[in-house]
Amino acid sequence: MANMPRSFLQVAATEEVASPLRVVQIEGLAILKIIKHCKEFSPALVTGQLLGLDVGSVLEVTNCFPFPIREEDEEIEAEGANYQLEMMRCLREVNVDNNTVGWYQSTLFGSYQTVELIETFMNYQENIKRCVCIIYDPSRSNQGVLALKALKLSDAFMELHRKKNFTGETLREKNLSWVDIFEEIPIKVSNSALISAFMTELEADTPVTRCDYDRLQLSTSPFLERNMEFLIECMEDLSMEQQKFQFYYRSLSRQQAQQQAWLQKRRAENAARKASGEDLLPEEDPSNPIFKPLPEPSRLESFLITNQISNYCNQVNGVAGQSFSRLYLMKALHEE
Amino acid sequence: MANEQTVLQFPLFSSSSSSSLSAKVHPLVVFNICDCYVRRPDQAERVIGTLLGSILPDGTVDIRNSYAVPHSESSDQVALDIDYHHNMLISHQKVNPKEVIVGWYSTGLGVTGGSALIHEFYSREVPNPVHLTVDTGFRNGEGTIKAYVSVNLSLGDRQLAAQFQEIPLDLRMVEAEQVGFDILKPTAVDKIPTDLEGMEASLERLLALIDDVYKYVDNVVEGHIAPDNSIGRFISDTLASVPKIPPAAFDKLVNDSLQDHLLLLYLSSITRTQLSLAEKLNTAAQIL
Repeated sequence: MANMPRSFLQVAATEEVASPLRVVQIEGLAILKIIKHCKEFSPALVTGQLLGLDVGSVLEVTNCFPFPIREEDEEIEAEGANYQLEMMRCLREVNVDNNTVGWYQSTLFGSYQTVELIETFMNYQENIKRCVCIIYDPSRSNQGVLALKALKLSDAFMELHRKKNFTGETLREKNLSWVDIFEEIPIKVSNSALISAFMTELEADTPVTRCDYDRLQLSTSPFLERNMEFLIECMEDLSMEQQKFQFYYRSLSRQQAQQQAWLQKRRAENAARKASGEDLLPEEDPSNPIFKPLPEPSRLESFLITNQISNYCNQVNGVAGQSFSRLYLMKALHEE
Repeated sequence: MANEQTVLQFPLFSSSSSSSLSAKVHPLVVFNICDCYVRRPDQAERVIGTLLGSILPDGTVDIRNSYAVPHSESSDQVALDIDYHHNMLISHQKVNPKEVIVGWYSTGLGVTGGSALIHEFYSREVPNPVHLTVDTGFRNGEGTIKAYVSVNLSLGDRQLAAQFQEIPLDLRMVEAEQVGFDILKPTAVDKIPTDLEGMEASLERLLALIDDVYKYVDNVVEGHIAPDNSIGRFISDTLASVPKIPPAAFDKLVNDSLQDHLLLLYLSSITRTQLSLAEKLNTAAQIL
């Protein structure tokens, strides 16, 4: 509430031009709710809806509510929609912001880059101009990390996805590579003055009471092991994708060779016909199967896998980096 | 309200089992209550709502979630939106059936007259509900959070009054929430700390603690502070918890883990190089 005047100013300043989304500002309450929901159901993956306001280049997330775990049943799906409406109505009655700004979901070891995520995103994007997806990784909180991420799809990618066109040519035209699919948006956290006062009251500032020594835990191997396993799986998937492409290119070149051969034969035939004064045959024959264009496999899948791999690499790097500090700390302590 | 009837209280007090009851409140509940209070309707003096959670095997009431319930209050009556309460309860139970009603909360300091009526309503929903009060007005100069259970005072078969009895309250945070603690206290944080920044903060805190212990020990040795045996025992316990490993073995241990991690780093870097190389080759192949 303390930043209301600034927010209004921003609205006034940005009303003419729809500025791009720069910052996601989350209330501590929403963060706690997300953490609670994701952690309670971990390792099952859960989702929920984010509520808030869209103020200029800042997207404020002020509240959220969890979705029940989805089941493969149409009747239950309809019930889920009812639940969503009911919850929104109830929250409006107690003056909670009643505007959907996106959704949150939990993930394990950062494996969230899936086709489903993109499809959900496109669904949301149809109704809400500006939305984000908040990703929380409960498995990393054991490492003392608050693994919270705000993501959105890049505009260029969304345009491509709408056209369902992921051939190499269009990707090259748009100059889109796998890094450009997701955009990570910086997260800001805000708390109302009242909450801040209560937190100060409840938790004193001395180092004794602030036990965040989870961060100093030495055993990172289970986490790293799982990470490497996932990484290897991804590599296998990627090589499968590569094989698909190789197959495509091989059959493409074979087809082109066949076309050339056919064309030469036809030309020779035409030359013979010309010599004997007969009508010429057309140089193209659409009914011939060798002229049917081969469908190019979509690059989306391999892009996502590449993204996923680089994500795992980053995680491994991050955790290994932290482990170095831990090891040196242990060494120093032991020498003392 | 029971002050005049303290005489009646004694026989009940000894027979009641609620004296051993205690409650544990998660910070989310406090956050939620504060948020509801900030967003309360114009004319409302306080907000009330339902507390959800479970009762732990040892009898502690574990308050894990809450939602506000609209109500209106005048001097002698309280109107509670019961439909709303039930709808919200059904919705919450769809998500987490394990969380049931354990009581209700209200902002403000202490118990007021209307509270007895609301408490009676909740007593019908769940036996022995907990009443949590959060003083959002900071009337004592501090944010008092208290929990009560009600004890019925009766004379023979006649109900005379209900007395609210305070129970101990545990406000500690669980591990995951502790991690996020740094960002939950200030009114604005520009960005979420990265892994290494968090690490740095933790190390600094550890260093501060070690410094404190050093200073204390030095002061005791020099005679500035009277020695306290229990603190001394804690310190020696801590020191003894460092495992005793011969230096050669320790070095081997550290170096092995270092090498493991270096190997992982190397692997992940090589993967990344491979990826960018593959991308370059792909685009090059397409141009040809």
